Amino acid sequence: MIELRKLTKAFGSKMALRGVDLRVAPGESLVIFGPNGAGKTTLIRILSSLSRPTGGKVLIGGLDLATHADGIRRYLGVVSHAPLLYDSLTAEENLRFFAQLYGLAAPAPRIAGLLAQVGLTARRNDLVRTFSRGMLQRLAIARALLHDPQVLLLDEPDTGLDPQAAEMLHNLLVQLSRAASTEADAPRTIVTVTHSIERGLAIADRAVILAGGRIVFEGATAGMTPADFRPLYDRYVGGGR
Amino acid sequence: MNFWRAVGAIVWKDIRAELRTKDIFSSMFVFALLSVIVFNFAFELRVPAMKMVVPGIVWVAISFAGTLGLNRAFVIEQDKGSLAGLLLAPVDRAAIYFGKLLGNLLFMLVVEIIILPLVMIFYNLSLLTPAHLLALFLGTYGFAAVGTVFSAIAVNTRAREVMLPILLFPVLLPVLIAGVKMTGSLLDGETLASLGNWLQIVAVYDVGFTVVAYLTFGYVMEE
Amino acid sequence: MRGSSRLLMLLTVISAISILIAALGALLLAPNAAGLTPDETAAQRIIYFHVPSAWLSMLAFGITTIASIAYLITSKRLWDGVAVSSAEIGIAFTLAATASGSLWAKPAWNTWWTWDPRLTTYTIMFLLYVAYFMLRSALDDPARRARFAAVYGIFAFLSVPITFMSIRWWRTIHPILLDSKNFGLSKGMLPVFFLSLIAFTGFYFILLAYRVRVERTQEQVDALKEQLGY
Repeated sequence: MIELRKLTKAFGSKMALRGVDLRVAPGESLVIFGPNGAGKTTLIRILSSLSRPTGGKVLIGGLDLATHADGIRRYLGVVSHAPLLYDSLTAEENLRFFAQLYGLAAPAPRIAGLLAQVGLTARRNDLVRTFSRGMLQRLAIARALLHDPQVLLLDEPDTGLDPQAAEMLHNLLVQLSRAASTEADAPRTIVTVTHSIERGLAIADRAVILAGGRIVFEGATAGMTPADFRPLYDRYVGGGR
Repeated sequence: MNFWRAVGAIVWKDIRAELRTKDIFSSMFVFALLSVIVFNFAFELRVPAMKMVVPGIVWVAISFAGTLGLNRAFVIEQDKGSLAGLLLAPVDRAAIYFGKLLGNLLFMLVVEIIILPLVMIFYNLSLLTPAHLLALFLGTYGFAAVGTVFSAIAVNTRAREVMLPILLFPVLLPVLIAGVKMTGSLLDGETLASLGNWLQIVAVYDVGFTVVAYLTFGYVMEE
Repeated sequence: MRGSSRLLMLLTVISAISILIAALGALLLAPNAAGLTPDETAAQRIIYFHVPSAWLSMLAFGITTIASIAYLITSKRLWDGVAVSSAEIGIAFTLAATASGSLWAKPAWNTWWTWDPRLTTYTIMFLLYVAYFMLRSALDDPARRARFAAVYGIFAFLSVPITFMSIRWWRTIHPILLDSKNFGLSKGMLPVFFLSLIAFTGFYFILLAYRVRVERTQEQVDALKEQLGY
């Protein structure tokens, strides 16, 4: 579903990504761990078509992102650490706006349904400006799922949330993302970037560790507990550059 | 996604958001009003007839207020990263440009419609003729067409909003010159026909730079 | 020395010689202009420096714009290097042309400056150059800087002809106090004039080549620094 070939990204002479090769199968849930500055956010930004790679190729659904960006965007849903919402509009207005941009016909029932699923029905007519961080992220998830994307990209969505809110969000994500995409009737492909080893492992089929712009570890996580994984992480990341 | 439907959605979104807060509009209006009043004092003692400087005052007020409006239009998109939300959608970058352009244009025109009667009252002059409104519209469009691209650039620089006037004013000169000339001629009692050449220059400017903006806006949006 | 460096050195020498010959021609060999006071006669010789400088400043701006378009299309940093190099050289020639024009104007028209359409537009072109550099200096990421500067460069360049037309139009309504520079080049002056023009143009391209070289070396240094972990 997603294929990265020798992906590089440079900011001036600073190399954020140094030749990343990665494959994500359709319906697979991949989790990316890594220290700060490893290039995780850069990777997600490139995957979500917001940033252009300096070198290499990105293929989503077999199509080259560089040339088919507009078409591919339709199938991408992104939850970032910034909520990507409009302060001066209500929750419902935000969703209606994005529904329009994605060309959804008769979005009202879908919007109502999503608001219910993220637990924001009561606040639908409140301005986003009044929302707490937790509520913002929940609305962001609703926005990301609005157009029923085949591919879901999540970049540390629990940033800035207290432990309780983070747990709630996590459960919500597990529930919603695992639900099959109605259009294709197939499980979504999910790529998650997170700092939390526990939560990451809970939702992952496979894990990848990114450090210094390179993938230093890649492997299936079936049956792994955080206790198994943590020494692995320390080994690959802990050592000096 | 239909191009013009996306444009419409963006314009409506900006209008609805602005109606809620009236942030952009009120600051533009107050600024324009202040400019008019300050210039009144700036010129009053040295100019035999204020009528001579009114065209300049009008267009300077529009420029200052317009710059303010243009800046804020993109700053609000930066706040919660909502511009990224727009860019993630399968929407042509040019649609984002036109959506923002029309929103900016609308806000500026509304401010002008309100300021003009005030200027008329202050100086006892007639400025609301159809001919003058046409001149104002064409000039304001040029301002918004180029200004929308430049404010998208400026908001991403270290100097942020301060960069916009530096980039904008030299490029905007033909519009300002034409605008002042047209306002002046109309105040002097000339007809629309005599403005022919100026209208042409502004029209060429408007069309030409809209095309350039259409071609280059995508590059400003990407990272 | 690498082949291209040798070629560049050769061209530099040729350029230097041609400038010397042009200067010689301008200051000594060209015939005097007719019917002028001694002061004006001497000042008139500035034309051999002034006009080429002005021409080059506009050529430089044009090349910056073409390089900007090329950068947007190809995303190759080389084009951004050409754009900024040409702009630097262009702004220098703009100042040279303005200063030399001013030095000529004083004896010829008894004023340092005039707001005639050409000069006014030229001043605005200078402001556009300055804005270009201010924009560049306010952006840190090289790719973004190149892109934004390219877009601005295109807008700025295209605005110049329209600005010129509108100022010209504006000015015909008021009497123009001084006639637009009447060069009055007599037959005898033409060879020196064209020599000067060609010499200066060659000079521009040599400067451009060196400046672009500096840009590319800077890139290499930055890349090495990155590698070594600075």
